[in-house]
Amino acid sequence: MKKPLLEFTDKGIYCAPARVYLDPWKPVDKALITHGHADHSRWGHKQYITHESNVPIISHRLGDINVSGVRFRESVHINNVKFSFHPAGHIPGSSQIRVEHKGEVWVFTGDYKTEVDGISEPYEPIKCDTFITECTFGLPAFKWTPQAEVMDDINTWWAQNKAEGKCSVLFAYSLGKAQRLLKHLDPSIGKIMTHGAIEKMTEVLRPMIDMPATELITRDTPKAAFKGSLVLAPPATHGSAWIRKMVPYVTASASGWMAFRGARRRRAIDKGFVMSDHCDWPSLLESIEATGAEKIICTHGYTDIFSKYLRSIGYDARTEETQYEGETIDDRNKAEEDPELNPTPALSEGGSKKEDDEQAQSLTSTEI
Amino acid sequence: MKDKTLTKSSLKQETKVTQEAQNLPQENLGGMKLFAALIKTLDSTNKTNEKVKALAHYFTQAADKDKVWTIAILSHRRPPRPVNTTLMREWASELANIPLWLFEESYHIVGDLAETIALVIPAATASSEKSLTEFLEEMIALKRKSEEKKKEYLFNNWANLNYYERFVFTKLITGGFRIGVSQKLMTRALSQATDIEEDVLAYKLMGDWKPQTISFHDLVIEEDASQQFSRPYPFYLAYAVEEDVTALGDVTDFLAEHKWDGIRSQTIFRNGEIFIWSRGEELVTDKYPELEILKEHIPDGTVIDGELLPFYEGQIGTFNDLQTRIGRKTVSKKMLKEVPVIIKAYDILEWEGKDLRETAFAKRRTILESLYSNITAKGLPIGISETMEFDSWQEMAGERDRSREMRSEGLMIKRKDSPYRVGRKKGDWWKWKVDPLTIDAVLTYAMRGHGRRSNLFTDYTFGLWNEDKSELVTFAKAYSGLTDAEFRKVDAWIKKNTLERFGPVRSVTAHHVFEIAFEGIALSKRHKSGIATRFPRILRWRQDKKIEEANTLEDLKAMIPSNGAEGQVVKESLPPTK
Repeated sequence: MKKPLLEFTDKGIYCAPARVYLDPWKPVDKALITHGHADHSRWGHKQYITHESNVPIISHRLGDINVSGVRFRESVHINNVKFSFHPAGHIPGSSQIRVEHKGEVWVFTGDYKTEVDGISEPYEPIKCDTFITECTFGLPAFKWTPQAEVMDDINTWWAQNKAEGKCSVLFAYSLGKAQRLLKHLDPSIGKIMTHGAIEKMTEVLRPMIDMPATELITRDTPKAAFKGSLVLAPPATHGSAWIRKMVPYVTASASGWMAFRGARRRRAIDKGFVMSDHCDWPSLLESIEATGAEKIICTHGYTDIFSKYLRSIGYDARTEETQYEGETIDDRNKAEEDPELNPTPALSEGGSKKEDDEQAQSLTSTEI
Repeated sequence: MKDKTLTKSSLKQETKVTQEAQNLPQENLGGMKLFAALIKTLDSTNKTNEKVKALAHYFTQAADKDKVWTIAILSHRRPPRPVNTTLMREWASELANIPLWLFEESYHIVGDLAETIALVIPAATASSEKSLTEFLEEMIALKRKSEEKKKEYLFNNWANLNYYERFVFTKLITGGFRIGVSQKLMTRALSQATDIEEDVLAYKLMGDWKPQTISFHDLVIEEDASQQFSRPYPFYLAYAVEEDVTALGDVTDFLAEHKWDGIRSQTIFRNGEIFIWSRGEELVTDKYPELEILKEHIPDGTVIDGELLPFYEGQIGTFNDLQTRIGRKTVSKKMLKEVPVIIKAYDILEWEGKDLRETAFAKRRTILESLYSNITAKGLPIGISETMEFDSWQEMAGERDRSREMRSEGLMIKRKDSPYRVGRKKGDWWKWKVDPLTIDAVLTYAMRGHGRRSNLFTDYTFGLWNEDKSELVTFAKAYSGLTDAEFRKVDAWIKKNTLERFGPVRSVTAHHVFEIAFEGIALSKRHKSGIATRFPRILRWRQDKKIEEANTLEDLKAMIPSNGAEGQVVKESLPPTK
């Protein structure tokens, strides 16, 4: 039997004829990277190839690495395998990777969403034979409200808190969600302030995206500055000493998980806005159909349920184990972006493999 | 509300005057829309003040008839379920155009049926201006209609309600609003909205009224002289002995008694009537009709502080027995026969119409004991909690060790010369509970939790080793005892270490050892292990232990007291295992 074009190995998704990995989770020689989130672009690879917008993002996160950027739809040939990057709409720079070899086409989505968010190049469906899809929100219970409506709610919430003399603390991932919110916040309401991790990542993205001005919160920021302001903060700051300066404040989270009443109550957040950088149920089904693929591989999310459903409607669908996390319900997986919150040093290139293994296996892996 | 300095009266004023506080609906909504907005606000805060404020606001805005229904719903007087949930699941998956198995999987993850239905069915195409009352009256009428009509009714309404209204509407049909609003909290809000005192309202809202027929005026506003007689005294609560009991001072300054495991209550005999208040200051008289007879034997102007305990054939029952009666609005004859309740009196707060709270405890006890000995009728549902005096703390500790045998939770230690204080005050009353029993067990199965824990694996099943340590035998389920952070870690581990799935339940690799604490232990025919434990909970996660170091079933059996009550077979000590 012929080997599949892409295989799922213990290091990541492997393309044998080209000897490259796609978003590998263990150190490899050559890695093609879909986007800058920590579970997709990890430390320790000898060479990174990614979309040009991701270069500053990944370099900011991982420091001194060997990375080269390509444009969308530009072909990269490696050992007779043709690779190209196509917009995934997940966060700025996020790409699907198209792999073509001997007339066979595979597409790996990484993470993606179909709604146009105003900061990421919009998702484009790519025709293929095999489609490797995430399904973080692959349940019929997930249906997103249009972004404009959610942003109206968020701005109204901010204005209301301001009228009561309170600070509005909005939790968001440092990369992606924070800039998406920032882009659509209404700066006429008040001042938008940021945590250091978000400020730094926003600085990296400003050359690519036009966004309202922000003010970095420092040790010297006076308490009075918070009154009526909106603070963008990484989820891990919830309940920390850093946030106490903002009293009186109210908290909110913008995440797909906020669709569940239980998730919001569990996190003891005052307000939950349902907004995700992943596909909801209808858009997963639509985008799968648009690819024309017959073979579907589900990588992360409600994979078992989702692939079972796909089989029931006629697809050849299966699940593969990966170490991608999508949007975790507790919103903490991207915390490593923040060196202040997570002082664990980056694994150096020669970083012990065993250590990495343990880290990946450990119970805290959703929090690294 | 972050501002803790707000007093009750200023809060009242604020609610009435400004009404523009956060979360309160700004638009002029009515009917079901207003009710759904209220439930949304109640559901999205865990701050009591916010809840009371939202409710009080609602009570100033809603139509009178809708207010009556809101009171009814929040005091568990919902009409019976008009459509069974099996049909609702089928119809919801039909409308959502998904297979039933997929609906069921979604339900396991969402953790709430009404929420799942509201999430999966298509968005509304129109809007409805119907009142809450109209909806409830339709639901009452719906019960007798054909299956076809029921389906048509649901489809029509689901299509006319937005997401949150749809959720509330479905919840009204399926039942069980768990939004952290007790009857007491609702009463407080109603008091703020009407300026009628809380305990007067509590009295008005008790009893057998029907939302279909009563008006808001008759239920809430109408004055009734008898209301004054029901007033309880605030409860005095004990502090736990945390370290060395001898630090309390001279043992002879104290009286000790067993700490009964029932419901703290205050029973009032005034004006020829009896009123029973629970510690949450809820009026529960109608839940214990067997105590009515006491008013013929205890004179007016008497208030007794005591424990409601299940008691039959000279034996104190378990708290679990009592639990079957808590939360029921009506008490069946069967239940009265199987779980009869008595008052175990331990203090007297009023005698001959006089407030005794400033009188020394020892003196109050003398009065109580003489009252009790003067009751001549036999077999009345009242007993007295015996006090004991000790010459040394060691002797008292010896008595505490007998607690399980006595079916008590430990000892109460009360200063002889103490007044009856208000609330939890340190110094005079102490509770000295027995230490729980503990055992190290292995996590074997996990299930997703509900409510705020939905989608997180937080409900665990634990096993102990069989004789040759070849197999883990399930012995208990536990849902509490870990911190949120620990639950998250265990949840993440479970998701990566699942062996098999059985609907919502997963079997997991035997790997983690937890120390399980429990209050009591008895032989049981209902349990695979042959043993029932009372109130099992996780004491700590023993990450330092390997599964081989977990205890065996034999170790557990060895904990069963060889004589006394605990050796008996207890029927209902554990939630049934599935």
